[in-house]
Amino acid sequence: MAKSNSEGHWAATSRLMYIALGIWAFFAFFIHFFVNSLNAIVIFGFPLGFWFAAQGSLIVFVALLFWFAKKQDDIDSEFGMAEED
Amino acid sequence: MANQVTGEQGFLANLGKVYGIYTGGFLAFIILVAILEQLGVPNRVLGYMFVGFTILVYAIIGVLSRTAQVSEYYVAGRKVPAFYNGMATGADWMSAASFVGMAGSLYALGYDGLAFVLGWTGGFVLVSVLLAPFLRKFGAYTVPDFLAARYGGNLARFLGVIVLICCSFTYVVAQIYGTGIIASRFLGLDFTIAVYAGLVGILVCSMLGGMRAVTWTQVAQYIVLIVAYLTPVVILSTQKYGIPVPELMYGQALQDITAREQEMIANGLAQAATLKPHVTAFLTYDRLNYFALILCLMVGTASLPHILMRYFTTPSVRDARKSVAWSLFFIFLLYFTAPSYAAFAKLEVYTNVIGQSLDALPAWISTYSNLDLVKIYGITLKGLGGGIGAVKAALAAGALDAAGVATSLQAAGQDALLASWSALSEPVKAVVFEAVKANPAIVASDIFTPSIQAAAQAAGNTTGLLTHGALAIDNDVIVLSTPEIAGMPYVIAGLVAAGGLAAALSTADGLLLAIANALSHDIYYKMVDTKAPTSRRLVVARILLVLVAIAAAYVASTRPSDILAMVSWAFSLAAAGLFPALVLGVWWKRANKWGAVTGMIAGFGICLYYLVGTRYYAVGFYEMWSGLSGASDAAVTKFNDLKAAFEGAAPEVKASALKALDTHAQTIANWFGVRNISSALFGLPVGFAVMIVVSLLTKAPSKAMQDFIDEIRRPKGKELMEGGNLVTEIH
Repeated sequence: MAKSNSEGHWAATSRLMYIALGIWAFFAFFIHFFVNSLNAIVIFGFPLGFWFAAQGSLIVFVALLFWFAKKQDDIDSEFGMAEED
Repeated sequence: MANQVTGEQGFLANLGKVYGIYTGGFLAFIILVAILEQLGVPNRVLGYMFVGFTILVYAIIGVLSRTAQVSEYYVAGRKVPAFYNGMATGADWMSAASFVGMAGSLYALGYDGLAFVLGWTGGFVLVSVLLAPFLRKFGAYTVPDFLAARYGGNLARFLGVIVLICCSFTYVVAQIYGTGIIASRFLGLDFTIAVYAGLVGILVCSMLGGMRAVTWTQVAQYIVLIVAYLTPVVILSTQKYGIPVPELMYGQALQDITAREQEMIANGLAQAATLKPHVTAFLTYDRLNYFALILCLMVGTASLPHILMRYFTTPSVRDARKSVAWSLFFIFLLYFTAPSYAAFAKLEVYTNVIGQSLDALPAWISTYSNLDLVKIYGITLKGLGGGIGAVKAALAAGALDAAGVATSLQAAGQDALLASWSALSEPVKAVVFEAVKANPAIVASDIFTPSIQAAAQAAGNTTGLLTHGALAIDNDVIVLSTPEIAGMPYVIAGLVAAGGLAAALSTADGLLLAIANALSHDIYYKMVDTKAPTSRRLVVARILLVLVAIAAAYVASTRPSDILAMVSWAFSLAAAGLFPALVLGVWWKRANKWGAVTGMIAGFGICLYYLVGTRYYAVGFYEMWSGLSGASDAAVTKFNDLKAAFEGAAPEVKASALKALDTHAQTIANWFGVRNISSALFGLPVGFAVMIVVSLLTKAPSKAMQDFIDEIRRPKGKELMEGGNLVTEIH
């Protein structure tokens, strides 16, 4: 039981890692491949491709980290791996 | 003792109140300075008040946080709440270059400069997801501690220390250099004195209290730097657009910039070939270099020891994760504002400087021209001042015309004046000579306008208007001059100076601690004297801290010319040297000692080879790897011509021929056109590949090691190290 718990915890942790890195890679690299097409869209004066590199991706990174911390906490509790307070 | 403990618990329980009062006090102080300014107190006094007051506060925090406990000294007793550790990390992370130079890079590079904004923020995702919580669970004092435990011994530890020192030392030199620049610019201190004053400012914060003192001063420094960074641009946004949210309002500025760019090209103020439209991508960096730079900066962020070790100070693994999120939030506040600084400054320069008559330029131009930071046709007030001095000396030595100045100075042995004279262009020389001859009491500002007019005419500019190509602005000017451009009172400029100093000092503190701890803990305690008692460990730690700091200040005082370039190398070196070993150490149980050792050597070695080869041995590097170079045919022909010119050159022009050859070779000495700032693009995959292959070819880690890794992976349970020693040895 303890063993499977440990394995389950690591499997869930790894899955969350892949999801988080997937989102990271999308906003760190992938979306900026299309900067020239995105720049054709202008919102509040901001060409969208420029805005994503200057601000949009940064907002996503911050939100991603708070979400990630929350999710990993949930995983730790679910498998009884959380720290005692 | 009991008293001290309760006093400290009281401090930790009341952090909000303490820093709330501190922030209120700081704002009150700003208002006080503003009132003094209105009463006519001179600017220089106000500048000293700003810098003196803030450094005094840091020093008081540093002294109050002194400690005699090893765990307080190395990891602040692991009691720093996630939120405050986030602020401290923000200050630790944002350097003089982020504070002063980042907006300037965005001004100069436009979209391509955003690689720095992305790279220096996105890396924290890697920190939180891949590394920080696991290192926190492990419970080490230093990053090499982890390498030693995971990869069986001091060889891996030693390699880790070498990488750490290589990437941190140049970085700390640059911070001390930055304090010298800021203090000399705002306070008029001599640069060398300013450097050593900065050294004292750093030492009072870190020496007595180690990590504990650095943590609480960094929180205080973060508050100063973020207030200083946001205030001018918020005021500017309110002035121009009526809404105090620059991050939202600069969209309009971007539109105006684009319109003005086209207008300048249409009426001949700028050339389409040299003007880089602000929002257009890939004009400076091609796609490959843009994305390679983002990758290297991000992975480098996740590998820099002075950042990783900040997460050793949180009370729990859960707090370490939260703390990374808060860190990025606090860093984000500055980084997502930087593009608005750049846009506002660019719009101002494009509308109110370029296209103005050469005899009616705004006043701030001459302020920064005096510091050599703004050049018009290469002319600065500082340079003209040097030229006036040269002409006076030459007239005294009997020179009759402008052409005779150089020979007179040479004969009189006035090398410094000769250098200032030679730096002027021919038409400017004539203006300076005639002016000084007519009136020996003349000063540089009197001949500024005639000089740039003469240079403009020589350059074929007959309109008398300033063109885009004639104006060169140093990156640092953008943030420093914003208060002045917007006509704000001096108090705001003083605030910006205090913010820049806070950014430089806080980063220097963190780096210095990382280096000194690696030397005292990893080298001295772990490799030289493993039985040293606590008191001796702390004494050694402090002595090494002071020695490293003095060495860094000494190097900074010599004004090393490549220092800023070397800082950007730190990211690639850290990424290639440490990232594979750290990440695979947690995420791949099969990784073993020999894999890690060879992987670190290979990754770091390739990276260093590429950096040094392309920068310092460009000719040889190009000739060895010409098949891989991204050089165009024209560049190759030019290389061959310069090479032939160098080989056939007479002895007296050999040196200058070599310089021309080397300068050109640096532009083509590369693999596939990758710039050396992104050298981890080669170091990282090599490091990973070597580590994986060698690990698989050698023996798998023991059962005890596998259990150790399992322990690191689960937050529950005790730390695996205590007091800097493993609780259970791993065999």
